[in-house]
Amino acid sequence: MAQSLSAMFDKMTRQFKFKISRRWLPYLLSLPALLTCIGILIPFFTAVAYSLQRFRLSQPAGRRWNWGENYLAFFNDSSFWNTLKVSVTYAVLTVVIELLLALGIALLLQKRSRVNNFVSIMLLMPLMTAPALAALMWKLMTNPGFGILSYFVKVLGMPNFNWASDPQTAMFTVVLVDVWVYTPFIMILLLAGLRSLPPQPFEAAALDGVPRWFVFWRITLPMLTPYMLTATLFRAIESIQQFDIIYAMTQGGPGDRLTVFQVEAYLNFFQSTNVGRSAALMMILWALTYFLSNLFIKNWLRLRERARGEA
Amino acid sequence: MNTMSTVERILRGGAILSVCIFFMFPIVWIFGMSFQTNETILRVPPSFLSEPTLVNYKGLISGQLETSAGGLKVDFMGNLFNSLFLSTTSVIVALILGVPAAYAFARLKFRGSEDIAFTLLSFRFAPPLLVLLPLTIYFQQIGLANTYVGLIWVYQLICLPLILWIVRGYFEDISADVEYAYRIAGHNFWATFRSIALPLAGPGIAAAGLLAFIFAWNNFVFALVLASADKQPVTVGALAFITASGIQYGQVAAGIVLSITPTFVLALYAQRYLVEGLSLGAVKG
Repeated sequence: MAQSLSAMFDKMTRQFKFKISRRWLPYLLSLPALLTCIGILIPFFTAVAYSLQRFRLSQPAGRRWNWGENYLAFFNDSSFWNTLKVSVTYAVLTVVIELLLALGIALLLQKRSRVNNFVSIMLLMPLMTAPALAALMWKLMTNPGFGILSYFVKVLGMPNFNWASDPQTAMFTVVLVDVWVYTPFIMILLLAGLRSLPPQPFEAAALDGVPRWFVFWRITLPMLTPYMLTATLFRAIESIQQFDIIYAMTQGGPGDRLTVFQVEAYLNFFQSTNVGRSAALMMILWALTYFLSNLFIKNWLRLRERARGEA
Repeated sequence: MNTMSTVERILRGGAILSVCIFFMFPIVWIFGMSFQTNETILRVPPSFLSEPTLVNYKGLISGQLETSAGGLKVDFMGNLFNSLFLSTTSVIVALILGVPAAYAFARLKFRGSEDIAFTLLSFRFAPPLLVLLPLTIYFQQIGLANTYVGLIWVYQLICLPLILWIVRGYFEDISADVEYAYRIAGHNFWATFRSIALPLAGPGIAAAGLLAFIFAWNNFVFALVLASADKQPVTVGALAFITASGIQYGQVAAGIVLSITPTFVLALYAQRYLVEGLSLGAVKG
């Protein structure tokens, strides 16, 4: 079967030898992938159009172009500023905490030993858990009736600690879940970075009896910076778009405490059926992530070159 | 590093232990809970692993759950099947589309190749709801709403960029000389691609496929927006599950365990490639 198929292929290519010249071959190879994604580009432009319209699914008759009105309305819209504030807070908190924690863990596990390797493999597990399911797990753990964490805080003498259902602690709870899922991501990148650093500067420092904190601040940290930058930008792009954890945990609540961009856009679209506002929100988020991802790609290319060179 | 004092040794050990507890405890606790009934779960103080029972798993597999509100029919196995089917098919489609394209980007530098590759990569970073919301309206119009075909197509947004960029890296690592030699020996382009390039990049292609499978499996928002109950994967299904009336918490936990096990097994199997794949090749594992 495979033989006859390949024979057929050979015959076909021989027949088309002059038609499929070398010039067109790469386009032919990448065209299917490109076409699949172009199908996705159309909705993108539709979203741009929606964001410039007054468009509510509940009032199809009232649909008309209002150009920048959706965007202008944001200036006096306190719930938009809330969305921006919550999203940025979430992104900054998660990325900073995860970076510091990951750096600490990576330094702990730096030396190759059986225990360290085993621990770093175990740490992959949270990362492999679907974020929506991770949120469910923590929802069970913080359940006021039987949740183990609720029990712990009660034992510790904090009977009114209600985790995600209290506006005071809701942000803390979702950030905690995010930290649980994504710290291992930054950690394994930093660990790979640490282990690939050239040994010479460290050997020289050890020979000269340089104190360890000095080695850390002056050698380890500067050499690790490109890795930290790449991991941070990567996480920042994903974190400002977080949907799964927050939606599965609280659906943006309590109240509007956790209505980050994607959750707010989702609720606008499906609950208040305000397509125009929803699309305008997504465009602003897109602009934010576009800026971040350009930074990331530039950084990532540099790092990739280096990884390539060392491979 | 060899001059570690006893105090430091103990501190290090303690730190590593607390890291393990923080990251492993939720999984262990949910696992333990999945073998319990509401009776033992609601006991105060929490007693762990007392009287383990398989009743939750039996209920999920047979689709008949015993709840406080009477018998409840669930189709959790259907959700598991959807996850398996959607992820597998999406990865196969993405491999068929992505591997030749990755080869073209790696070997045959052509005009616009970098621009096209970056456009494809940028899909990885765009907010998913930006395209999903208009897509719900389009899918309804062209009849793709709540179909496997529609979902698999949209899942390409996750799988394709990943496979394209990882596999491209593997192709670039292979020396082109072997391929040239084979071409000079009189074999055509397809034969060279099939019998030289593909086998050499094989491990990389497998790793990219496994990683894409994990990402597709863990996806939540695509199916939340585009699929209704009969097409939903486990991520969305489990969420609906927790709000079902009279549901037992052990049953939810068992559902979660069943949903996360496949990705765990794959991750353990492919851990060597995970670092490189997760960073899109920026960091070698």
